[in-house]
Amino acid sequence: MHELNYEAPTSLDQAISVLAAAGENGRMLAGGTDLIIQMRAGVRQPGQVIDAKKIPELQALSFDAQNGLQLGAARACCDIIADATVQQHYPGLVEAAGLIGSDQILARASVGGNVCNGSPAADTTPALIALGAVCHIAGPNGTREVAAEDFVTAPGQTVLAPNELLVAFQIPAPQGQASDCYQRFIPRNEMDIAVVGVGSCVALDGDTCTAARIGLGAVAARPLLAKEAGDSLVGKTLDDAAIEAAAQLAQQAASPISDMRGTAEFRTHLVGVLTRRTLKEAAARARAR
Amino acid sequence: MATQQEHKFKVIGTRPIRHDGVDKVTGRAQYGADVSLAGLLHGKVLRSPHAHARIKSIDTAAAKAVPGVKAVLTAQDFPEIGPGMAAMGELPINPQHLSLNCIARDKVLYDGHVVAAVAATSPHIAEEAAKLIKVDYEVLPHVQSVVEAMDDKAPILIPGLGKGEDGEPTDTNVANHLQFARGDLAEGFAAAEVVIEREFDTSMVHQGYIEPHNAVAQYSSDGQSTIWVSTQGAFTARDQTAFVLDMPPSKIKVIPAEIGGGFGGKIPIYYEPVALMLSKHTGKPVKMVMSRADVLKATGPTPGSHIKVKMGADKDGKITAAEVWMAYEAGGFPGSPVGAGCMCVIAPYDIENLQIDGYDVLVNKPKTAAYRAPGATNAAMGSETVIDELAEKLGIDPLEFRRINGAKEGTAQPAGPKFGQIGFLETLEAAKDSDHFKSELPQVEGRRVGRGLASGFWFNAGFQSSATVAINSDGTANVVTGSTDIGGTRTSCAMIAAEVLGLKAEEVHPVVADTESIGHTDMTGGSRVTFATGTAVYEAAQDVLKQLKERAAKSWKVDADKVVFQDGVFSCTENGNESLSLKELAGKLPRTGGPVAGRASVNPRGVGPGFATHVVDVAVDEETGKVDVLRYTAVQDVGKAVHPSYVEGQMQGGVAQGVGWALNEEYVYGEDGCMQNTGFLDYRMPTCLDLPMIETVLVEVPNPGHPVGVRGVGEVPIVPPPAAIANAIYNATGVRMLDLPMSPPRVTKAILEKNG
Repeated sequence: MHELNYEAPTSLDQAISVLAAAGENGRMLAGGTDLIIQMRAGVRQPGQVIDAKKIPELQALSFDAQNGLQLGAARACCDIIADATVQQHYPGLVEAAGLIGSDQILARASVGGNVCNGSPAADTTPALIALGAVCHIAGPNGTREVAAEDFVTAPGQTVLAPNELLVAFQIPAPQGQASDCYQRFIPRNEMDIAVVGVGSCVALDGDTCTAARIGLGAVAARPLLAKEAGDSLVGKTLDDAAIEAAAQLAQQAASPISDMRGTAEFRTHLVGVLTRRTLKEAAARARAR
Repeated sequence: MATQQEHKFKVIGTRPIRHDGVDKVTGRAQYGADVSLAGLLHGKVLRSPHAHARIKSIDTAAAKAVPGVKAVLTAQDFPEIGPGMAAMGELPINPQHLSLNCIARDKVLYDGHVVAAVAATSPHIAEEAAKLIKVDYEVLPHVQSVVEAMDDKAPILIPGLGKGEDGEPTDTNVANHLQFARGDLAEGFAAAEVVIEREFDTSMVHQGYIEPHNAVAQYSSDGQSTIWVSTQGAFTARDQTAFVLDMPPSKIKVIPAEIGGGFGGKIPIYYEPVALMLSKHTGKPVKMVMSRADVLKATGPTPGSHIKVKMGADKDGKITAAEVWMAYEAGGFPGSPVGAGCMCVIAPYDIENLQIDGYDVLVNKPKTAAYRAPGATNAAMGSETVIDELAEKLGIDPLEFRRINGAKEGTAQPAGPKFGQIGFLETLEAAKDSDHFKSELPQVEGRRVGRGLASGFWFNAGFQSSATVAINSDGTANVVTGSTDIGGTRTSCAMIAAEVLGLKAEEVHPVVADTESIGHTDMTGGSRVTFATGTAVYEAAQDVLKQLKERAAKSWKVDADKVVFQDGVFSCTENGNESLSLKELAGKLPRTGGPVAGRASVNPRGVGPGFATHVVDVAVDEETGKVDVLRYTAVQDVGKAVHPSYVEGQMQGGVAQGVGWALNEEYVYGEDGCMQNTGFLDYRMPTCLDLPMIETVLVEVPNPGHPVGVRGVGEVPIVPPPAAIANAIYNATGVRMLDLPMSPPRVTKAILEKNG
């Protein structure tokens, strides 16, 4: 029989030492909405499960205009989406975090868990990429920072070493007229994994776009920053032509595969559709601020 | 039989709370997996990872060595069943194929086919041990589409399946070809103003019942066996298990558990004989429960199909000829419902010249089982969309086009027999009069909206049923049947008894009995229970009534025929004004001759077919191909609705499944022939957010073949939805979808192609 140990450290130091002792055999558990299913399916078979929920730094949820949002990696999605400050400043993140399953799942699942699962189709990753989020990582040799777009390296793989854990995201505060939007396409209205997900974040000065970032999910082996697509909008008025041009650049950045959730052709098509839709919505929100 | 007394019904047509409701909402109902016995072992199986392979050898040594493992079995431990057909009730059955589907012997024919079984002291030990069984396979080329499987060069699943002209066995994957033909096709098409010919592909889909298959079995040293199982037929499960294990049926008692959905998929057996054989080898009771992946990979589905429909109509809208060619996936063993598909396709219409060909084709996919009007939905996707196109080309309203051609009493069915009293035209009339049909299409910003209509037919079934009705001393009654309750039939049977006995529905206690406690009863299927078992209950209740009248007559010293029963009171004016309520009489039974119980066993022939016409509004996102159902109205001839809420529930359930079939449900296989979407995440049934409240219109054209006018109601509502939605998508976007599911990638592709 396969043996399994469970620990619930109450400090970051404790967590790091348990993780170090477990080596390749260890796996962090946040809400468990991915890990437990993967364990039951035999996809992952850790011998040491380390509960992240009792570590204070991983439960952070605080905002200030200087540093933006400090979001603990294990903080439950239901807290994030219910937070008035987050709703005000990061509507796209609220959209993405609110899509991770039903109310019951949202009470367990966390943004950190969603990102660490390493799925190319994770909903929150493109939203975090669009927002320019930075991932704070801790390990036996101290801490380091990685941009959201660099965190996932391949399906199920991240930059985390076996002895490291994701502590928190630091998400910049929107400057002036800026806002974001996340949309995904699923065939049903609920209970699906994104066929394509797009997060867009734009900053405006009057009618002129001063910054734009577009994150893409489920169209490559890892979530992507469509940098050229975002940069193409800077200095321009966000009219249909500019948005269409950015959407085409986003499509070029995508390199999807065909699988049971959608064909490559359909996914590329959807990148265009969702880039247009999220840019328009993010711009409308920015103008309203 | 008396059917024109509807105005007199006191219980039938009302909506009492279901008898099994409290147990279900409080979690007390005992489903198959809830059964637990002292000394229980747990069984798990090893399944084939290949779509088609020869089993060269199986090494169970490592599995047997795991502590806690009590038995490891392969097909070699089961009796080898010879070829040939047998009868199960009225239905033909192939015991050899049934046996080989439960556990593979020489070959595996689909991904998930069972090859070995383990019993251990815990399910986890059994699962780990099963993984240690080493099977040496010779992987064979597989074939998964009917068109390819019919090709001469296709890999052959079961050698010698066909019969050559000399009567010698031949190698083919076509297990059966049937044909209905009449009139002159060429003449019919020549008389047509418009001829439409289309080709369709539909995907394999699953019934999607929430409760996975299960079985708990106990083999006693005297050979007497008991099986607790969630099944659509206790007797059917018993008889099939007896065939597979080569046992007399009387040696097996099946105790049916509460059932968490079946829709036809819980008529066949899977784990019953395996659990019983494991019990025989260990001397302990053995419990087996499938995972969702097991259920999807290896049980139940209804076939995908390739269908060609050619129909012509004259300028007045009269259909002049119809030619239908249908090939259905049987799965690894023969037995797709293509025959039913042939009986149902175009059956709502009066067509003089027709030819319908049906082919039952083996493919390396799970053996298909019944699914709610099996075979009819695929067929209607073809015929009902072609009819929509014919009507459009002729400039005739699609509802009017159906009315012009609609079958009525005396119309010959495609299979030959003439319809009796049916209500198809009435469903069209009621659809026309519905609030939905008369309403404007709702507008949705950024979406194209459209309305579609389709009709459907299902013949319904009769078969054998038994019932007993016993009077309790407090004047209530117990109704015992052998029909497992998948659709509210306990309550409908109780209501029929209550109607006869002048009781309230709540005063009748319905029980579903095991195979040793009631006379033979065929499976719950074919929408037959309220019809056939309801007939048995009606007759058993009449038997009780007759006996009660005799008791009253005896105490009043009059002839029984002088006793009148009305409103729950027996009375007689012969020797003064005598009267006794049923309750009073029930209390006197011990002193007037003892208990009163009635019984009846029936095989009723007066089956009333079912027709439905559905109207649907959809909104299509032309950029993503996503189709949202905005409004849905199901109109159906339900005969007499015994419990209208249940009837409406059946209609809504059928539509919900039909919408899933239409839009997203499909078996996805990889190049390796293995199923990829083995869970509800990627096998996409509709969630409650994907469906509007489904409106229902009950048209009650009583069935003269049933004492209270009942027709089967459970199946026909799944027939029209895919075609109705396809017609609505066309109305919205101008694209004709010919393949199921009409999933977003397909709809997007079709729209992009149309728009160049």
